[in-house]
Amino acid sequence: MSEWLENHLPKVVLAPSFIAVLIFVYGFIGWTAWVSLTRSKLLPKYEIKGFVQYERLFDSPRWDTAINNLYIFGALFIVIAMVLGLALAILLDQKIRVEGFIRTIYLYPMALSMIVTGTAWKWILNPGLGIESTVRGWGFENFTFDWLVNPDFAIYTIVMAAVWQSSGFVMALFLAGLRSVDGEIIKAAQVDGIPTWRIYTAIIIPSMAPIFLSAFIVLAHLAIKSFDLVIALTGGGPGYATDLPATYMYAMAFSRGDIGQAAASAMIMMLVVFAIVVPYLYSELRAKND
Amino acid sequence: MTDLSMPRTRAQGTAGKTALRWLLYVLLGLFALYYLMPLFVMVTTSLKSLEEIRTGSLIALPRDVTLEAWKTAWSSACTGIQCEGLRPYFWNSVLIAVPAVILSTLLGALNGYVVAQWRFRGANIIFSLMLFGCFIPFQVVLLPMARLLGLMGLAGTIPGLIFVHVIYGLGFTTLFFRNYYVTIPAELTKAARVDGAGFLRIFWSIFLPLSLPIVVVTVIWQFTQIWNDFLFGVSFSQAGTQPVTVALNNIVNSTTGVKEYNVDMAAAIIAGLPTLLVYVVAGKYFIRGLTAGSVKG
Repeated sequence: MSEWLENHLPKVVLAPSFIAVLIFVYGFIGWTAWVSLTRSKLLPKYEIKGFVQYERLFDSPRWDTAINNLYIFGALFIVIAMVLGLALAILLDQKIRVEGFIRTIYLYPMALSMIVTGTAWKWILNPGLGIESTVRGWGFENFTFDWLVNPDFAIYTIVMAAVWQSSGFVMALFLAGLRSVDGEIIKAAQVDGIPTWRIYTAIIIPSMAPIFLSAFIVLAHLAIKSFDLVIALTGGGPGYATDLPATYMYAMAFSRGDIGQAAASAMIMMLVVFAIVVPYLYSELRAKND
Repeated sequence: MTDLSMPRTRAQGTAGKTALRWLLYVLLGLFALYYLMPLFVMVTTSLKSLEEIRTGSLIALPRDVTLEAWKTAWSSACTGIQCEGLRPYFWNSVLIAVPAVILSTLLGALNGYVVAQWRFRGANIIFSLMLFGCFIPFQVVLLPMARLLGLMGLAGTIPGLIFVHVIYGLGFTTLFFRNYYVTIPAELTKAARVDGAGFLRIFWSIFLPLSLPIVVVTVIWQFTQIWNDFLFGVSFSQAGTQPVTVALNNIVNSTTGVKEYNVDMAAAIIAGLPTLLVYVVAGKYFIRGLTAGSVKG
């Protein structure tokens, strides 16, 4: 008996966690998928009715806004954070004396909760007392900056806060990438008199393609899951102007009592994440095993 | 390592080089200001009186420094109908984070040890399945988890939140330890087995003593994740058991009475202080966790 236990102990140790993941990740995804095919409202029903919930979802103007916002927010957030992160990494990679200190400053927002970030930016962007009144105080009496309460522009305030929070992290990723480029090739290029900007665009940046991919995956993943920041900064408002899929799902699940819609929107979110992450993870794991 | 300042002709070189260096430092300084500005505004606003906030400028230093807002934020700000400040919720977060971090780190260490050093048939598939679990948007498990917690009698309780954080932290903690333990040569385990050491003995006397760096990375990662969590906190808590992030959001959005921006800012700093402190003290490990936890499989 004890010999059997000793031989199987590794499996016995791993089993509880694995079973937990099977139930609480895969089982729960199954449950949500199932319920998304029913007419559940306040309470779940288990009788399958086809794709009614998805039809309702795609007919809903609020979901439409949420998806459009995800496109706008996702595209701007990913592009700006990557460009800024890369620029900062290149600037910091010039043998700066106080590099460690500056890096610490650029990265600290990543340690903060999105709720803290949202609260801070909500105050800074406050139309009555924030940046607007400060600039007016400098003598520009007609300066207006009311994006936070303007339905057409509120989504961009979320981009601003999200970029502030995450661009330092992208910088750290790129900086590590720059440090891993082969120094010999760069020296050779310098000896040949190739201008610095060409060295960056033709040698260094192309060799960092895997890092671009990593950064993209991380940022896309963050964008799709964005929830806290929207809640703290705009609460999804004005109206539904800054709703994202995550806030839509939460509203349906916990304030509208529409479990069917919540499940269907959660499934769409998961499909989008998987479409981005699965091919990447698959290729990473395969590369590792080879 | 690359260097913009490569040799050109000497004379033109030094002058241009100095100018470039200056430009570089100015740019880096401006970006540092950009990242520090919100923190600066939070701190100065939290130290001002409401009167000064209304009349003064956002970026002005406080004329009369007052800690009133901090006192209110900590012990009497309203999160709805209750007005006990952030204090009880701060302790809720501690009560949630500490056990959840310890449990998920411990389980992650054991799992990682098995997956990295005791490869059996199917171990890779099991690891991949656990890894994929890290990337699901948690919205997809919110509804069934809410029901399950209800069935288990854990709905709206702190043990319920600990349970949720441990479960959904397992993928990452296992990943961290697995990636650390695969770098330890398998011969070590083999030699120890020849000498008669068993599974647990090898873990306890060989692997655990080697694990300090990865334990630090994992603990910091898990603590930051759990302390900063909002989605689980807002979904699975009730009045009285909310974590600090949820309470902060309630304070800021509470509609009763005058809007006290200085209290909001003080509350935000209090809620952010623990993770900020961890970052300042152990930034190196924090960044290592971020880059390892990002996606690297």
